[in-house]
Amino acid sequence: MDRVVALTRRPEFAALAGTVIVYLFFAWFGRPTFTTVLVTAGWVNVAAELAIVALPIALVMISGKLDLSVGANIAAAGITYALLCGHFGLPDIIGLPAGIAAATFFGFLNGLIVAKTGVSSFIVTLAMSFFIRGLIFGVTKLIVDNVQVAVDVAPWVENTLGGRIYLAYENAIYVAILVGIVVSWILYKTVFGNWVFAIGGDETSARAAGIPVDRTTIFLFMGSGFGAGLFGVISVALYGSAQVSAGQDKVFYTIIAVVIGGVLLTGGYGSTIGVIFGCMTFAIVTTGVNSTEWGGDWSLLIIGILLLVAVLTNNSFRKAAMSTGRTKSTPTNVEADDAQVTDVTATKEEAKNA
Amino acid sequence: MPENSAPLMSLEHVSKMFAGYEALGDVSLDIYPGKVLCLLGDNGAGKSTLIKVMAGFHQPTSGTIKFEGSEVSFKSPRDASDLGIATVHQFGGTFPLMSLGRSFFAGVEPTKGRGPFKRFDRKFANKVVVEQMQDMGITRVTNGDRLVGSLSGGERQVSAIARAVYFGANLLILDEPTAALGVKEAAHVLRIIMQARQRGIAVVLVTHNVTHAMTVGDQFAVLIHGRRADYFSKGERTRDEITDLMAGGEAMEELEAELSALAGDDVTSSH
Repeated sequence: MDRVVALTRRPEFAALAGTVIVYLFFAWFGRPTFTTVLVTAGWVNVAAELAIVALPIALVMISGKLDLSVGANIAAAGITYALLCGHFGLPDIIGLPAGIAAATFFGFLNGLIVAKTGVSSFIVTLAMSFFIRGLIFGVTKLIVDNVQVAVDVAPWVENTLGGRIYLAYENAIYVAILVGIVVSWILYKTVFGNWVFAIGGDETSARAAGIPVDRTTIFLFMGSGFGAGLFGVISVALYGSAQVSAGQDKVFYTIIAVVIGGVLLTGGYGSTIGVIFGCMTFAIVTTGVNSTEWGGDWSLLIIGILLLVAVLTNNSFRKAAMSTGRTKSTPTNVEADDAQVTDVTATKEEAKNA
Repeated sequence: MPENSAPLMSLEHVSKMFAGYEALGDVSLDIYPGKVLCLLGDNGAGKSTLIKVMAGFHQPTSGTIKFEGSEVSFKSPRDASDLGIATVHQFGGTFPLMSLGRSFFAGVEPTKGRGPFKRFDRKFANKVVVEQMQDMGITRVTNGDRLVGSLSGGERQVSAIARAVYFGANLLILDEPTAALGVKEAAHVLRIIMQARQRGIAVVLVTHNVTHAMTVGDQFAVLIHGRRADYFSKGERTRDEITDLMAGGEAMEELEAELSALAGDDVTSSH
């Protein structure tokens, strides 16, 4: 029983429950099409593509920051790749890494500005998003006088990043699994991962404990730039062209998936497995609606409801996780717990009166 | 103030200005190993600034800091913590949503394995944190995977002190550790402070609570408007004298008389 209770207290439990519930929901209301191999491929692909971008962002969010520039970064990577290979005819072995490097570089700039100025990451990455989008728009118009660039993707790229494994299942699924393993290792197994949790929990205390907060922050934003870049070049590999406006929807979709996955917006708490479930839930809802008789017109409404529910359950799950479990606390403990809840000013006030 | 041993840390005529405002003025203090120095004062008296100077968060505008007899200048909190100066904040300065093991070792993570497989040693971290908590009298903690937030306020304070002691602190700065605690929990924290003192650790205790200060303190310094208003050893002042000083020299008795007149009944000093 204790094991069961412990399981329900894990951060990914609510996310898993969410995925199962929406799956069963659409398996029923979308019967019989939703559970077919082809429709399943549809949502698995969406989930995989989303996870490649969302997992690195989850780390940024666990550290208590946001990255709103991923959409623009997806486009930046794609456009860089397509311009270098499609327009200038360079080999893919140069263009593809250059695309990812461009996005990672913008991520580095995000991290550098956030770490060194202390300005909210919300504003910094929002500004960066417009900056990048404007830059690639201008450059692309200047070079090819168009907002999209076509490219003949080399076979080796198509066989690894683009293309399909089986029927409609994309190679992106492999990439997502790989990203999932690497990001999980970083978060749970490395010292760096501990720093991410600590910074998200309390940046000042983390600094006081000797954690290199600035370096960690820069690395995290480079990671989210890298993830966006990876997805950017994958979409080029899949569709054979890059759009200046690519990835716009991903900015909020990733944040939604991460929050549904149980990561606290305030930072300090979350899990990669939860985020993978969050991506699956998101994908099931957005594609599943098409299998129902109501049609796709309602998917945004359901996503909105889901996000709200996720945020509310996150709060209650966090409280459950913070509670002692089998309560054996003495009245003194209860009293102290109550005191913790009152904010610092109130406590100071009490202390003054004491 | 005569003392047998040499001070661990000495502040000599330390001042700190913030944009033209004098937060600390000409403060001199000696901190001895195995002794508790209580920093008393009203809100805004400069206690926080003073401990931040000691812990390397702020650099003094003028004056010198000596550690074990030689002059030191802290460029960052890291410099101070390298000398064994540890600060524990009001809420334990820990991370409520991290596990006990992860939080205890934040910034000094134990690892196992080599090269790219070098990884955080969770088992070791959890084992140590449980041992330390048990040592400090918190016996209900048996699992290092538990979240810090599931501890009570007093337990958090104790775990933070345990952490500092485990990592070899020789100067422990405690910022109002008992302010948010119930009576029993506060007593537990005071007992832990006395244990640290017995181990020869120098303790600086910031508090508003005169009773707590008088229970554990060896030396006392009262700050008013950033200046050292009084500096004395245990037994040299009465409780009322200290309380009056803390209120900025204003006699508490007058205030209490005024209050009782307003309340229209017998409000006496009940603490």
